[in-house]
Amino acid sequence: MLKISGSAEKPEDMQKKRSSFINADTWRRFKKNKSAVIGLVIFLLFIVCLIFADLIVPYQKAIEQNLRIRMQGISSEHWFGTDIYGRDIFARIVHATRYSLFMGIVSVVVGIVFGSIIAAIAGLYGGKIDRCIMWIMDTVLCIPFMLLALAIVAALGGGLQNLLLALVIASVPIYVRVIRSSILTVVESDFVEAARSCGTPDRYIVLKHILPNAIGTVIVQATMSVGTMIIWAAALSYVGMGIQPPKPEWGSMLAEGKDYMLNAPHLVIFPGMTIILCCLSLNLMGDGLRDALDPRLKD
Amino acid sequence: MIRYVLRRILVMIPTLLVVIFIVLALMNLTPGSPALIILGQDATPETVDQLNRELGYDKPFVVRYFQYVSELLKGDMGESYRTKRSVFTEIITRFPTTIKLSVLEMVIAVCIALPIGVFSAVKQYSAFDTVSTVSAMFLACVPAFWLGLMLILVFALKLHLLPSNGTDTWVHYILPALTQAIPQSARSMRMTRTSMLETVRQDYIRMARSKGQVESTVIIRHALKNALMPVITMVGIDFGFILGGTIVVEKVFSINGIGTLILNAIQVKDIPLVTGCAVFFAFFYMLTLLLVDILYAFIDPRIKARYQGKTL
Repeated sequence: MLKISGSAEKPEDMQKKRSSFINADTWRRFKKNKSAVIGLVIFLLFIVCLIFADLIVPYQKAIEQNLRIRMQGISSEHWFGTDIYGRDIFARIVHATRYSLFMGIVSVVVGIVFGSIIAAIAGLYGGKIDRCIMWIMDTVLCIPFMLLALAIVAALGGGLQNLLLALVIASVPIYVRVIRSSILTVVESDFVEAARSCGTPDRYIVLKHILPNAIGTVIVQATMSVGTMIIWAAALSYVGMGIQPPKPEWGSMLAEGKDYMLNAPHLVIFPGMTIILCCLSLNLMGDGLRDALDPRLKD
Repeated sequence: MIRYVLRRILVMIPTLLVVIFIVLALMNLTPGSPALIILGQDATPETVDQLNRELGYDKPFVVRYFQYVSELLKGDMGESYRTKRSVFTEIITRFPTTIKLSVLEMVIAVCIALPIGVFSAVKQYSAFDTVSTVSAMFLACVPAFWLGLMLILVFALKLHLLPSNGTDTWVHYILPALTQAIPQSARSMRMTRTSMLETVRQDYIRMARSKGQVESTVIIRHALKNALMPVITMVGIDFGFILGGTIVVEKVFSINGIGTLILNAIQVKDIPLVTGCAVFFAFFYMLTLLLVDILYAFIDPRIKARYQGKTL
């Protein structure tokens, strides 16, 4: 006789599992992935730098100029050497997390929130609203990211807040596209259809069915985007339209050091490697999260 | 097919109108009037007012928007506030440099990414696959402008092999092109590998193998053709990123292209020039997306059939 297997879980359990998208299983799968854990550890180190920068090394060391010790190499006193004004590069890199990493994280969080709302409206209501929203998003995407961000910074002026706003506005269309497509996959799935046919209200469907199932993609996208945003923010600062000196920022440190890199390559190597390391840790984490949240996607 | 292409070109017009609106609105928000920026802080308010009137800046924003659009329809993109030369001339003289650079970047990126991506997917979990995936992971995180600096440091300043600025000969293009091509190829390679891995697991591949088809034919004729579809879309979209990225690359290598032009124009609030460049970038990007879609029809008979149907 044919025995139906694999339905040992009670319906309530399954419901529970679906609604808590990050459960013990996800964490267990994530822990098994060595590179993801390495990524997480490195990223946490950066977060420690972001929160406890002042305890690690005083801010004074990052901005105080001392021309007698300019462009010194690596030493026990100055781990990463000193820059053209004799400031400690290690101190500058640590304090720059407050601009670079902060901008990366905040711009992605804000961007994803707005992107999700717009995508949810487009994906759920469909039809004309969807077409109209997506047309506007595609239009904005026709302006290269860098050009749009530059124009916004030029319009609003430099500074942390405006740079953040520029990054958010320029990136929202990208998030809307990704999130909308993942929402559409869920909306068209059978269990949403089933919930609809039972007369479940829209609000309930969004909160209980669509959100928990679409959020995996959103989290992975967010993790990966932080690295990209850090690079774009650094690029904006590099061309002189971002965080203004003497405030430390990874991109502006590169811009300051580039004219002296033949004699003092450490001026550009350390800030650059920091950007790469930070971005790499986020990507490793993102890959690990993707595999952990949805094992089907694993190569 | 021709009807479809015409339709797509017509759709570009409203998009360009919105792009112009966004850019003009943003430039309208920038502090200071253009005349003040051109004449400097020492100019008397009267001369500033007069120049603003001459530039048409005293009119309300909406009027200026429609003026710009109607001039554009007549084929006039206005003239640069600073150089007094026509915006069209400014763009067209720098156009070949930027396009040569972007296309070269894209070609190099695809030429590196495709073979490596396909090979790593075919030989999944091999040493080659591990090395290429790990290095792609690393290279995808490298900021292009930093890579540019490193390439200058090593190949121009230390080894004196390649020039670090200018665009006189093709040799001058090598470093700037590699600057964007390397991180780009890393991203495209990952994409190719994932797409190829998905395709290799499809039933028709198993079918081809089980009927005894030679492995190389299975990969090239059956798998590659299908795996390329999403990769082509990505390449089309990435071309937009590459165009935008040239702004930074041209800055790093002091290349006098559209990127440098736009950067200077934004800093001095040269509104006609910024708008002109934005229109140019947007138009070029949409053209690329259209080309990608047409290319699709040639690769995928299913899509070609849809074009010929009455639905479009």
